[in-house]
Amino acid sequence: MSQPRTPMTPARRQFLADGARMACGVGLLGLGLGFYARHATALPPAAIRPPGALAEADFSGACIRCGLCVRDCPYNILHLATPEEPMATGTPYFVARQLPCEMCEDIPCVRACPTGALDHKLTDIGKARMGLAVLVDHETCLNFLGLRCDICYRVCPLIDKAITLDAQSNARTGKHTLFIPVVHSDACTGCGKCEKACPTEVASIKVMPLYMAKGQLGAHYRLGWVEKEKAGGSLVAPDTEHRYNLPEGMRYESGKGLSAEPAAAPDAGPLPRALQGDRL
Amino acid sequence: MSDDRAMTTYQRLVANQWLVLRRLMQLTVLLLFLAGPWLGIWIVKGNLNYSLTLGVMPLTDPFLMVQTLIAGHVPELKAFAGVAIILAGYVVVGGRNFCSWVCPVNLVTDLAAWLRHKLGIKGGLHVSRTARYGVLLTALAVAALTGTVAWEMVNPVSMFHRGLIFGLGMTWTVVVAVFLFDLFVVRHGWCGHLCPVGAFYSLIGRLSLLRMRLPRRDACDDCMDCFEVCPEPQVIRPALKGIDGAPPIILDANCTNCGRCIDVCSKDVFGFGWRLAAEAKRLDPIPSRGTHHEQNC
Repeated sequence: MSQPRTPMTPARRQFLADGARMACGVGLLGLGLGFYARHATALPPAAIRPPGALAEADFSGACIRCGLCVRDCPYNILHLATPEEPMATGTPYFVARQLPCEMCEDIPCVRACPTGALDHKLTDIGKARMGLAVLVDHETCLNFLGLRCDICYRVCPLIDKAITLDAQSNARTGKHTLFIPVVHSDACTGCGKCEKACPTEVASIKVMPLYMAKGQLGAHYRLGWVEKEKAGGSLVAPDTEHRYNLPEGMRYESGKGLSAEPAAAPDAGPLPRALQGDRL
Repeated sequence: MSDDRAMTTYQRLVANQWLVLRRLMQLTVLLLFLAGPWLGIWIVKGNLNYSLTLGVMPLTDPFLMVQTLIAGHVPELKAFAGVAIILAGYVVVGGRNFCSWVCPVNLVTDLAAWLRHKLGIKGGLHVSRTARYGVLLTALAVAALTGTVAWEMVNPVSMFHRGLIFGLGMTWTVVVAVFLFDLFVVRHGWCGHLCPVGAFYSLIGRLSLLRMRLPRRDACDDCMDCFEVCPEPQVIRPALKGIDGAPPIILDANCTNCGRCIDVCSKDVFGFGWRLAAEAKRLDPIPSRGTHHEQNC
């Protein structure tokens, strides 16, 4: 019953060999390209995307590298990455220390984008989140050293919202105040003006991509004071003023220390529930 | 004497009119893009991936659009409008017209081909002409798997064009690589074998109307000049030799409509024409030599 096998014609042999060669070639190409693409979605920290840019993983699929955002930026702060730069070739970015975003109210870069890689839903530049300013070096920040530099605070387009000065006592001198710049992520757009203006040799405040700049509390964390406000009162015990738990007949005063109680203590009322040990 | 030389130059220009026209077109396109950044005359903004002409007309690279969609992103409406205009245009003039009349890499690979001919460099690696469709599919597969328009990170076409307009950086190394590849490794290697952008445009070109016709194919004396100069010589044979009753019109989607064959043919075999007219002609019971000559008058 066995049929004689058709001999492989040279044409067929050639066809199969060519096909196999091409499959191997493009397979290798695909592998290399795939890994390269995966690596290139990691944005270097100094490169800040224009306002409204989608999250990096989405951005690298949405941006078609046309450069219209670069063209329509009136301050020419944007560049397109060249192949030797460690990010997706042809995608737009700016370096805050060179030229920060001027936060135009009409956001021309976003309007120019034909793909929505810069999200057209962003219409209020104050809601942009290009990155987040971080006071990275407490050892070189002049305000931390006790000076009234305040430049980052003064140049911030959202002064007293995105950066505030937090008065703290100067433990070194014992009699002065430190005005510590504090960045608030609910207002900071990541425009980079603070980084640009920072007078230290290397900026002590830097804009970083949000994924680097922002921490995150565990989902189970509850802030007592927030919960208290939400509930309209203390959840664990009646809110009574703090009292010292002293031996009977003794009292304590700040600065003076312990002394014998001169008179009968005023009625303190029942113990808070939390302190009634066995009944809890 | 100088008059004579001027005449010779003029005659050479006329003899190579399609080449001259093509170079003018390529440079015009490039200058339109460069007039903005160089001279502050903003007629066209952007690059070959996407551009905006006079602030109103969008043009989008359809291959790039497909990659973006496959990567999982739906662009804004104007990007779609840009694709529609490009598709409409290239369905009329031929998809791979992009390659020979617009793409800046053509200047590089044509130079390589010319130099290869001058230096008499022969042989090299054998790569299939269909490899470009393999590269095309690979680019789409990687776009799907990584969710990025991955080909854009290595695409010499957009890199070179964008580099010329927005700053080259190290892009010149990629351009030199393509040049050397075409010069030493594979004849017409990049544009004729590998480039997925051209491959995608060829898919559009399957339907296109403007075609290279061979109204005087009977006059062919087999000098092989057209095969020698054509960047896609495989497209000529069926139409020229009437293989399997093929009509005297190049229907292969990879003809770039560069018109070089018109220039080099001493028998005036070639000429641009419309596909539909030619196909109607095909219905003629006996296409006689007379009709061919009438066409050429």
